[in-house]
Amino acid sequence: MTAPFYVPPEQLIKDRAEFARKGIQRGRPIVVMEYESGILLIGENPSRSLHKIGEIYDQVAFAGVGRFNEFETLRVAGIRYADVKGYTYARADVTGKGLANAYSQAVGQIFTHEVKPYEVEVLVAELGDDENHLYHVRFDGTLRDQHGFAVIGGEEDRLLEPIATGYRADMSLDEAIALTTSAISDTGDPSVPDAGWEAAVLDRALGRRKFRRLSPDELPDAD
Amino acid sequence: MIVQLPMAPDSNGITPEASFAALLDQHDLTPAWNMPAGAIDAPEATTILALRWADGILMAGDRRATAGNVIAHRRVKKVYPADDRSAVAISGTAGMAIELTKLFQTEIEHYEKIEGARLSLDGKANYLARMVRGNLALAFQGLIVVPLFCGYDDQTQTGKLYSYDVVGGRYDEQDYATTGSGGNEARAFLKGAWTEGMSQAEAIRVALEALIAAAEEDSATGGPDPKRGIYPNVVTVTGQGFREIPDDELAPIAEAALEQRP
Repeated sequence: MTAPFYVPPEQLIKDRAEFARKGIQRGRPIVVMEYESGILLIGENPSRSLHKIGEIYDQVAFAGVGRFNEFETLRVAGIRYADVKGYTYARADVTGKGLANAYSQAVGQIFTHEVKPYEVEVLVAELGDDENHLYHVRFDGTLRDQHGFAVIGGEEDRLLEPIATGYRADMSLDEAIALTTSAISDTGDPSVPDAGWEAAVLDRALGRRKFRRLSPDELPDAD
Repeated sequence: MIVQLPMAPDSNGITPEASFAALLDQHDLTPAWNMPAGAIDAPEATTILALRWADGILMAGDRRATAGNVIAHRRVKKVYPADDRSAVAISGTAGMAIELTKLFQTEIEHYEKIEGARLSLDGKANYLARMVRGNLALAFQGLIVVPLFCGYDDQTQTGKLYSYDVVGGRYDEQDYATTGSGGNEARAFLKGAWTEGMSQAEAIRVALEALIAAAEEDSATGGPDPKRGIYPNVVTVTGQGFREIPDDELAPIAEAALEQRP
């Protein structure tokens, strides 16, 4: 029997991180932004039916970038987690924080233990009564709580700059859509034609279920 | 309770991935009332009815639950939204019926979120039949749950009404349906009073009168009680969706109906 080659843990993590990061950067980004009466989740998506943004629970929404089958697994697992928890205890006990922690554990575990790390980043948006939460879970399980706005996927750093410059907390939904769509279009690869938009909001004005998909006529035309 | 995310559920390959009940089963969380044979006096929810009117379906239920000859609760709710386009009303053992409703609501929402599409109205009605059927063993011990279900069918643009029996049989009803201990009395009343194309006000009036008629003959049914401010649950399901009629809208109609009873 031959002994396996020794690979130092630093190298192992670095290789895996690089692999995952490359996969995620290839995809188109999603921007999540708080506006005066809710949270907007928006990104380019050529498909009308394969969604990257989804409803998890009453006031909790999900956005994922990277490999579709991997973040779809996470989305479905999140709905299962939330519905079982809400059914067993009470609806108010389902929180974005609990879900983000569960995602962080699962993705972190996969990053170090599985043959191939997940090439995904997900964002859990939670509309609170007075404070909103945006939880950003990275491919290695790192969890961050962001305020105002967050970007997942694509060239995150380049996209953050125009958004940070234009962002105000009291923006209307239309202003938030205008800012995010122009920022995404401007920083995108000019050689790739624009796809259609996929967008949804968590809207404080809605009843129990705050999640609503925006229809194409509420969004700017893709050109 | 699930601590880890249920990432890859064991599937038998038959149960749809989107089923909430299957998920509960995997985690041993399915509500169960296993008990030896023998009767217990669990509170029973009684009379419910549903009828078709011009814009859709109206559903109503009295508020009383009884345990033997004791009034167990005066303000039980027996009519619930199943989702925002359908409603379910329950009669029978109250505790089980309320849990069944909660499970049914969660199942519909769970399916919609995972699949990204609503269950069809027939799909919901059939699923409810399955839930009632699953309860058959307990029905032999006297723990019976019999619902009524209605919804607005977007494909045909009409309200549809379904009734059930204790073995989970599902029946499409044309004009009206009743169940529960005062159900026969309410049905006898509706047979004379129901007319085609009633307005919402007429439909509410007829439904309240049917419940009053049932309450007069059946001690387990509670009529409107203006003194305590207890009025039946009345909801409508139309093209605009589910709507609960608030008490202050019901109060004058209920009082007028009580006044004019022979």
